[in-house]
Amino acid sequence: MGEGFMATNFEKVVSLARKNSIWPLPFATSCCGIEFMATAASHYDLARFGAERMSFSPRQCDLLLVMGTIAKKMGPVLRQVYLQMAEPRWVVAVGACASSGGIFDTYSVLQGIDQVIPVDVYVPGCPPRPEAILDGFLKIQDLVNAEGLRRRHSDQYKELLAGYGIQ
Amino acid sequence: MSLTNETIQLKLTEKFPDQLIDWQEPYGMLTFTAPKDLNLKVLQFLYDDAELRFQFLTDLQAVHYPDNKGEELAVVYHLHNLVDNVRIRFKIFVDIEKPDVFSATALYRSANHMERETYDFFGVNFIGHPNLIRILNVDEMDYFPMRKQYPVEDQSRIDKDDEMFGRG
Repeated sequence: MGEGFMATNFEKVVSLARKNSIWPLPFATSCCGIEFMATAASHYDLARFGAERMSFSPRQCDLLLVMGTIAKKMGPVLRQVYLQMAEPRWVVAVGACASSGGIFDTYSVLQGIDQVIPVDVYVPGCPPRPEAILDGFLKIQDLVNAEGLRRRHSDQYKELLAGYGIQ
Repeated sequence: MSLTNETIQLKLTEKFPDQLIDWQEPYGMLTFTAPKDLNLKVLQFLYDDAELRFQFLTDLQAVHYPDNKGEELAVVYHLHNLVDNVRIRFKIFVDIEKPDVFSATALYRSANHMERETYDFFGVNFIGHPNLIRILNVDEMDYFPMRKQYPVEDQSRIDKDDEMFGRG
């Protein structure tokens, strides 16, 4: 083979494409959402990682970014947004509230979004700095890169979703 | 001549002799307690009287006094006379075992949502309310969270280790 060619396998090419063109869906309910706006703006520039295309239709998105306190009444809404996303899909819980309920240890607040949907990466902080959100995003890129094409068909993955009552 | 607290108290005691008790004026705001069956009559009088004209319901909510046996729940009405810019407040007390209170929705349209909220958090049963269902909490909730027998923390949580949160 000559110049401009390389040998690889299909799975690696797909992973490479996926990880560098993640379309995020910001689900922002409070202050973490403000930090995310800074992350996406020119100074921190999430677009450097191929994620400049925010989409507000879950059907076209790969990555659900949940930022802020999720009240119990919001739980079913969040779940529906997750269900509307097409596979493969990933979820980041940004900030203490989305990860664990944070300071809102009370009757009306969901104690972590992992009670209703599976979460891939948790970003700590109250709110996390843009660098932390970027770090969480890079962790997602690593996951996407390492994920095989067939993982979503595995029994383990189906079991996880069944654990949440999905399909 | 602007409406004074003395005039309001005089008119009310004239209309409801010996039935209104516990008159106070904290921070200049006239406050009293009425029997629970008279709440609509008092509201109607305050609304209709040509001089009093308390035609705006600023707020309506409840307070739970667990040690006040037989009168645990206080329902508080805040009224505003918009012409003279005077505010008053009155309370009624009900038994938590049978928290029935007449609804003020016929008199004040704004009472609709406020009574629903009071029902949602304290379980006050407003008789005559057109749609007394939960307004802010999840529909599946089976208790009234602002009553003081319930701790503020979420009792259903299983993922939080109390020791980690300094409550060990």
